[in-house]
Amino acid sequence: MAAQKGAQTATVSMTVNGKPVTGDIDPRTLLVQFLRENLRLTGTHVGCDTSQCGACVVHVNGKAIKSCTVLALQLEGADVLTIEGLAPPNGPLHPMQEAFRENHGLQCGFCTPGMIMTAVDMVRRKGHDLDDRTIREELEGNICRCTGYHNIVKAIAAGARAMRGSATTSKAAE
Amino acid sequence: MYAFTFHRPQTVRQAAGLLAKNGDAKLLAGGQTLLPTMKLRLAGPPQVIDMTLIEGLSGIEMSGRSLTIGAMTTHNDVNTSPVVQQAIPSLAKLAGMIGDPAVRHRGTIGGSIANNDPNADYPAACLGLGATIITNKRRIKADDFFTGMFSTALEPAEIITKVSFPIPKKAAYQKFRNQASRFALVGVFVSKRGSEIRVAVTGAGANGVFRVASFEEALKKRFAPKSLEGMSIPADGMNSDIHGSAEYRAHLVGVLARRAVAEAIGKSA
Ligand SMILES: Cc1cc2nc3c(=O)[nH]c(=O)nc-3n(C[C@H](O)[C@H](O)[C@H](O)COP(=O)(O)OP(=O)(O)OC[C@H]3O[C@@H](n4cnc5c(N)ncnc54)[C@H](O)[C@@H]3O)c2cc1C
Ligand code: FES
Ligand code: FES
Repeated sequence: MAAQKGAQTATVSMTVNGKPVTGDIDPRTLLVQFLRENLRLTGTHVGCDTSQCGACVVHVNGKAIKSCTVLALQLEGADVLTIEGLAPPNGPLHPMQEAFRENHGLQCGFCTPGMIMTAVDMVRRKGHDLDDRTIREELEGNICRCTGYHNIVKAIAAGARAMRGSATTSKAAE
Repeated sequence: MYAFTFHRPQTVRQAAGLLAKNGDAKLLAGGQTLLPTMKLRLAGPPQVIDMTLIEGLSGIEMSGRSLTIGAMTTHNDVNTSPVVQQAIPSLAKLAGMIGDPAVRHRGTIGGSIANNDPNADYPAACLGLGATIITNKRRIKADDFFTGMFSTALEPAEIITKVSFPIPKKAAYQKFRNQASRFALVGVFVSKRGSEIRVAVTGAGANGVFRVASFEEALKKRFAPKSLEGMSIPADGMNSDIHGSAEYRAHLVGVLARRAVAEAIGKSA
């Protein structure tokens, strides 16, 4: 979806991972394209581009959304958190990231950023004690081709517990 | 996606003005239907009118004996609202069955109703509760609003601003999901308010959401699953595709209506 000849551009400004950013973009630019192509934040993935798979999940104003299904221009002034902003660059991993590593919650890792952003949002809404059923229902919009989900569910339950009391950096971007 | 010009009006009046001037323009609410459709080039509006900045279009309130929900209120907000959970718990529950959490964080009630997808959930709630759809121009009864698959009574430049639901005495929604898309293969919403009984069906009809008069009559005698025992509807006019035949859908309408009535009166079917 490269800019077509003659297509007009528009300016958008938002906060991404705590930093103010701005760009001149084709109005068709999706948030995920803005993140990956303009800001070079390639941790957010595009799995399906049809709103099904959840590889592109990021937080906008504190809520998980599919960044392939929103125009960047709709998010003027918004606060966006991506997988890159979850933990400090050289610091320890976020407890949910650590739990995915610990529990072998990934194989190829393509779905993982979306899984983790969805999981952190799940904890915000559903709390730290998540049973299997809740986790599986909440993962409705996240597809993994590799793991069979079992270890993802385990990782999310463990990550949710580990987030109890730990001051997560995601708060900074809310 | 085809190129378009992007507008961000701040009032309903400005949005309506833009729509009136640009015949092929499209309103953009949560974008959970329109953007995927535009990516597939099934829609290519030359102008997109984003509703994000328009004030006063989202929110939930009780006004007298009805519950009013702003058009831009998200599925998640309806699902988690204590006001909705108290006034019409079945509506809160229905909103929580739409799509997935990320879709529910952006998709709106106004967008769902305006789109009138034959498999969508909210049209069943509107028809099943006897809602009134309020636009910038008029008030439209749900019975007159849904005019067929993907079509509504909305005129060009008409914008849904709110939906008003009368509070039922009893109500429930039963959704039988399509295993792949998780939309309703068939969904049945039942309600009882005084002597008014409604049974609304989504997913099944070739013409979108519809009421089942014969079930409503039977439930008038007694609002219980037993009143519908052995009843079904003709397969004529039902959708038929790889997900289910017309006969199967017609059968599900009976099954789900009985389950919904059981749920509404607090029994398991
Ligand atoms: C993965 C996925 C799963 C889904 N699952 C379900 C499901 O199980 N059940 C279900 O019911 N839906 C489902 N949906 C659809 C979802 O509910 C959409 O949010 C909804 O149908 C459209 O609402 P929107 O706010 O996103 O509207 P948009 O996509 O922004 O707009 C849809 C249409 O309505 C028009 N419109 C929007 N607002 C107004 C208004 N106020 N007045 C007049 N016209 C307006 C637009 O111009 C457009 O034509 C799913 C969507 C996705 C992506
Ligand atoms: S890439 Fe956004 S949902 Fe798959
Ligand atoms: S780990 Fe490969 S897609 Fe999930």
